Amino acid sequence: MQYLRTLIVDDEPGMRLGIQKALSKYIMRLPDVNEEIGFVIDLAETGEEAIEKINANRPDILLLDYKLPSMSGLEVLEQVTSKDSEMVTIMITAYASLETAVTAIKRGAFDFLAKPFEPAELKKTIAKAAQNLILARHIRKLEQEKRQVRFQFISVLGHELKSPLNAVEGYLNIMNERVSGNDLSAYQQMISRSLLRINGMRKMIADLLDLTRIESGQKKRDLAKHDIIPIVRIAMETALPSAQAKGIRVNLHSPSSIEMNCDPGEIEIVLNNLISNAVKYNRDNGQVDIDIWNEENKVTIAVKDTGVGMTPEESSKLFSEFLRIKNEKTRNIMGSGLGLSIVKKVATLYEGNVTVTSTPDVGSVFTIVLNANTYPSTENDSK
Amino acid sequence: MSVENPQKTILLVDDDIDFLLQNQTQLKAAGYHVVTAESQKDAEELLKTLKPDMAILDLMMEQVDGGFALAYHLKRKYPDVPVVICTAVTSETGMEFDAATDEEKSWIKADYFLPKPIRFEQLLAEIERLLKK
Repeated sequence: MQYLRTLIVDDEPGMRLGIQKALSKYIMRLPDVNEEIGFVIDLAETGEEAIEKINANRPDILLLDYKLPSMSGLEVLEQVTSKDSEMVTIMITAYASLETAVTAIKRGAFDFLAKPFEPAELKKTIAKAAQNLILARHIRKLEQEKRQVRFQFISVLGHELKSPLNAVEGYLNIMNERVSGNDLSAYQQMISRSLLRINGMRKMIADLLDLTRIESGQKKRDLAKHDIIPIVRIAMETALPSAQAKGIRVNLHSPSSIEMNCDPGEIEIVLNNLISNAVKYNRDNGQVDIDIWNEENKVTIAVKDTGVGMTPEESSKLFSEFLRIKNEKTRNIMGSGLGLSIVKKVATLYEGNVTVTSTPDVGSVFTIVLNANTYPSTENDSK
Repeated sequence: MSVENPQKTILLVDDDIDFLLQNQTQLKAAGYHVVTAESQKDAEELLKTLKPDMAILDLMMEQVDGGFALAYHLKRKYPDVPVVICTAVTSETGMEFDAATDEEKSWIKADYFLPKPIRFEQLLAEIERLLKK
């Protein structure tokens, strides 16, 4: 239950009491935001009293008579309206001339109530104003939260990009001061580390661009019927050098072709991420098994590794941006911390999902299920 | 190394490989013998057989307070070995840490706190100060 503070400004005692009586027990329901709204009433007799009360404690709703003894309702309105105000004003007037209406609206009035009016009419007008107010607050709150998430993302991103820069700068300073002498070979390890960190940073920026493109809907989706098996083979080839370096075999178990409505670029991003993770977090001479099947227009891709695995606690945190599972077994593995966020975002585009099952020191299975007949949503079209 | 000034051994513990390599290089150039470990566990293992002249520890490793635990164990075994804790905790979380007051010294077993990013000259100055004690 939420209460809106309502100030009634009218010089006629009968009017003030009538409105107070009608509103004080009135409870309206807002199904959109699942909220019940009640009204707390305060009264003012003159424009001066109204201004004083409004300045001391701004009401949510102002019911303002146009014709007041020493100063008019319009003058009150002029003095109390401010741009950042949430207050909703309803003008009460016996002579609703067009001119009055235009002036009142210009000064921030939301609606009119023509004297004389029935309680039902009053309630209808108040309900409209309250709904407007509550929805505006909700929208503002959502925008605030969105901004917060954005800020947090940028702050973590800044940190993640600074870290490789600091490392490379540190190495360059050491080389600049010839700390280990004039022989370049003494710096070989530092040069290798610098290159590795720069590569990591490049990968992070590439992932970041993928992520923002997918998220913003700016990347034009090229949806059409495609056989995804050739895409899988390309992703397997991409992972081949790093797999061979660790003696890992990558096997594909699937029908010879699986058709689905998709953007091949998106499917490749997903497969590249899942397969490269399965190689990176695997043990030497391990194995990666890719299972793909289509059942009732749902395409399932399961990528299984024989690697370090995760505890349930680690698995539960896995899909957060920039999160990388940090422990003894993973500390020498480079990653942007964005890969699985990207996979999840793409899955959402295909009305699908990603799940993981994992056992420490045995391995993990990442399973992504995609709708084989996705069409661009209207939301994406409008963007 | 002359007999009067034998080479001192510094234990350097950090899960950031680049931090280790850079400071190890600098410390070696400054004339110290450096032993490194990439985790609390590796460091505890080393300390079974090694008594360094001083230790420089990262605070947040796999466990967020790995450096505190390590410093505590080290001081219990070798109360006379100076410990410097290097940490990015202030720049990352805004939490202030120091071991200046007696109350803090009672539970934080470090002789000095150095916030990351560190300037090597400052680290070196602190090492020299603590080793003279």
